Amino acid sequence: MPDKSAGSAVASQPEKKYPLPRLAKPKALAGTVYRGNVGMWSWVLHRITGVSIFFFLLVHILDSTLLRVSPEAYNAVIGTYKNPLMGLGEVVLVAAIGLHALNGLRVILVDFWAWGTKHQKLLQWIGLVLWIILLIGFVPRHLMNVFAE
Amino acid sequence: MTTPTIESPKAPVRTHRSRFNLEAFGWVFMRASGIVLVVLIFGHLFVNLMIGEGVKALDFAFVGGKFSDPFWMVWDTLLLWLALIHGANGMRTVINDYAHNRLVGVILKGFILVATIVLLVLGTLVIYTFDPCPAGSPADLLPSFCGTVG
Repeated sequence: MPDKSAGSAVASQPEKKYPLPRLAKPKALAGTVYRGNVGMWSWVLHRITGVSIFFFLLVHILDSTLLRVSPEAYNAVIGTYKNPLMGLGEVVLVAAIGLHALNGLRVILVDFWAWGTKHQKLLQWIGLVLWIILLIGFVPRHLMNVFAE
Repeated sequence: MTTPTIESPKAPVRTHRSRFNLEAFGWVFMRASGIVLVVLIFGHLFVNLMIGEGVKALDFAFVGGKFSDPFWMVWDTLLLWLALIHGANGMRTVINDYAHNRLVGVILKGFILVATIVLLVLGTLVIYTFDPCPAGSPADLLPSFCGTVG
């Protein structure tokens, strides 16, 4: 059976006929195309902020339905938004919304704009800068309102 | 004697029964609604948290003032529908990624669907049946324009 012997001969020493390119083993996950890079962390944060905002949205719609119950009931619940602990929670909420919004806009630019695809890493840093500017604009003003007598 | 008919190899293969692809529509919806939501949510946050006394000014009278203006009724209706559907579709994606048990996935997505429908109906009813001057409520809790009506 010449076919079988030929097949086994090829199988025994394939590297001689078709040498595989020698690839350096990545030292860490970082530095491979996607994993460990800034894009992965944007994705992780997009998920975490998205799920968190969704659960806040459920609560926020439910507390708004108290408008239909009575002014007293609505004021009692919206009053809890004004205590200092919730005030800090609102900082976290706005920070999460800002991150999700800016990263979402980056995804849209990468999807629909060739320049954005090519410079997606630059867009991540631009998003981070805009996020910090957003928080500089919001956090001091909000905390002054929360902690004002 | 019948001759077997062979389709032209160049005939286009129909892989989709219809041209409408729900998953592709969802992909476009997330991006389109996302852009609109950036405007709606940051507008909402600016008016409710940044102007005047911010969070301290929020009460029944404040919302009563907003909901007596059709502009804010439409704004909040769009915000309710787009945010909730955008969020629910995002949750669906997350469940599809992590729920390896098919039954668990179906149950979780069922919860999301029911919560979404219930809150869309409730929220829309609140916006359009809202009474800024309910009878028998103390005047100091109501918007200032209620006094003139009685």
